Amino acid sequence: MKILVGYKRVVDYNVRIQVKPDGTGVVTDGVKLSANPFDDIALEEALRLREKGVATEVVVVGIGPADLTAHLRNGLAMGANRAIHVVTTDAVQPLTAARAFLKLVEKEQPGLVLMGKQAIDDDANQTGQMLAALWDRPQATFASKLEIADGKATVTREVDAGLEVIEAELPAVVTTDLRLNEPRFIKLPDIMKAKSKPIDTIEFDSLGVEAHDHLATTHYAAPAKRSKGVMVKDAAELVAALKQKGLL
Amino acid sequence: MSKILVIAEHLHGKLNPATARAVSAAVAVKPEAIDVLVLADNVDAVAAEAAAIEGVSRVLTVARAENAHALAAVLAPQVAKAAGGYSHVFAPSTTFGKDLAPRVAALLGVAQVSDVMSVEGAHAFKRPIYAGNAIVTVEANPAHAVVATIRTASWPAAASGDSKAPVEALALDVALPSHTRFVELQQGSSDRPDLQSASKVVSGGRGVGSKENFEIIYKFADKIGAAVGASRAAVDAGYVPNELQVGQTGKIIAPELYMAIGISGAIQHLTGIKDAGTIVAINKDGEAPIFEVADFGLVGDLFKIVDELEAELS
Repeated sequence: MKILVGYKRVVDYNVRIQVKPDGTGVVTDGVKLSANPFDDIALEEALRLREKGVATEVVVVGIGPADLTAHLRNGLAMGANRAIHVVTTDAVQPLTAARAFLKLVEKEQPGLVLMGKQAIDDDANQTGQMLAALWDRPQATFASKLEIADGKATVTREVDAGLEVIEAELPAVVTTDLRLNEPRFIKLPDIMKAKSKPIDTIEFDSLGVEAHDHLATTHYAAPAKRSKGVMVKDAAELVAALKQKGLL
Repeated sequence: MSKILVIAEHLHGKLNPATARAVSAAVAVKPEAIDVLVLADNVDAVAAEAAAIEGVSRVLTVARAENAHALAAVLAPQVAKAAGGYSHVFAPSTTFGKDLAPRVAALLGVAQVSDVMSVEGAHAFKRPIYAGNAIVTVEANPAHAVVATIRTASWPAAASGDSKAPVEALALDVALPSHTRFVELQQGSSDRPDLQSASKVVSGGRGVGSKENFEIIYKFADKIGAAVGASRAAVDAGYVPNELQVGQTGKIIAPELYMAIGISGAIQHLTGIKDAGTIVAINKDGEAPIFEVADFGLVGDLFKIVDELEAELS
């Protein structure tokens, strides 16, 4: 079985993002970029499935500009067999990404597509679900446990009420939650090896994907700041303050 | 003119209060009608609750055995079919809505607006990105239906009471897939207030130190009638189950009082509590980032302070 893994590059999760004063965007020049943390978890899970003999090939897929190649090399160094780079300089929204993924799915015929549950830049939490819909296949979102046997995936999902277990016939789309696994670190020899692994480059325009019907982002703003609070000296003072506000 | 379809979330025959919050967002669009869609095996109890929400024009029900569990693959084709004639489809931004709405949007061939914080116009909405560190205004194409999830922490629940909207059964001719099956739901049983709708929340973090120590958080929360939450660190360390996690990747809440005990306040955690009315931080590290957002801060040993708080309240 082949596994396709969505592998997005985002502003590193430790970076405190700044909104441009003119409201046209956020400052991304010179800011550290990394793999979306949920996508690292997706890749780790795919690699573990290959190590268990469930999968034979793990392919990382990225959509972005020419310099995304370096990011895909990280995925190869982590252990993916090969990479597909869909080249575009446009910002790609979830529906467009899902449509592009569907084209790759039709070509590659994977048994499983693993994606992060959300990207930490747009926080959309949509692409996996949209791909599953367009592909007309099962989806298992927010996965914290994944077992594959007998042509189906048994997935434990993190839902608001607790943990839900579902069965999905393969092929299917699974999106990863934080507690699915702990991604491995990349070792130096693997970085060298990754240099010889193949990256297929596909021009976005050649996929024949409709890229219209975007949401237009008209303004960016910093969130409203909370007013500066006060430090209290002990429990008694805290209780008095909360009682005064009618909270206790 | 706008007509809005709100997807009802429910479990064990009870309507989730997040639904009434999505109705509030629908009211803000000033539509000519707000219909609530209930998909279930037994629809009656949930439909009656939905009909009592103020602002709801009609409750539409689809009672099918396949709808016994909220599987997105099964519900989405029905919602997409029912969405014909509506200008907007809203779902709460809970794990239910996040799972279902994008699948509906893709079936309708439209972009989705996630986590609507405010309505700026019939097709313009504000939503958070980068863990809430930026707020964007997005405009959807007015030529298509708008599919959106509603950030529950940003909206009050629409009042429920004397209003009684008519309930109509909807006949949808849709073939449903059998490729996805429900197995079980493992629920933490709790008599405490629900984290997402509680007016007071007491959260513990890594500083609490162990699962056993977390009992003091539960005890204190019970004393003031609060729900219990936790940071990702506390969940990952196994102190509490995952459904208590508050933050970017857990629950986003807006209680009147939020008490963060032994939580340093990573960006991802702060995202989940920024809209709380009053934030109290108790931490031994006076430099912890949580103090930057706290209305009241107290530096010291949490075990000693919680004991003292309980004594003060006795």
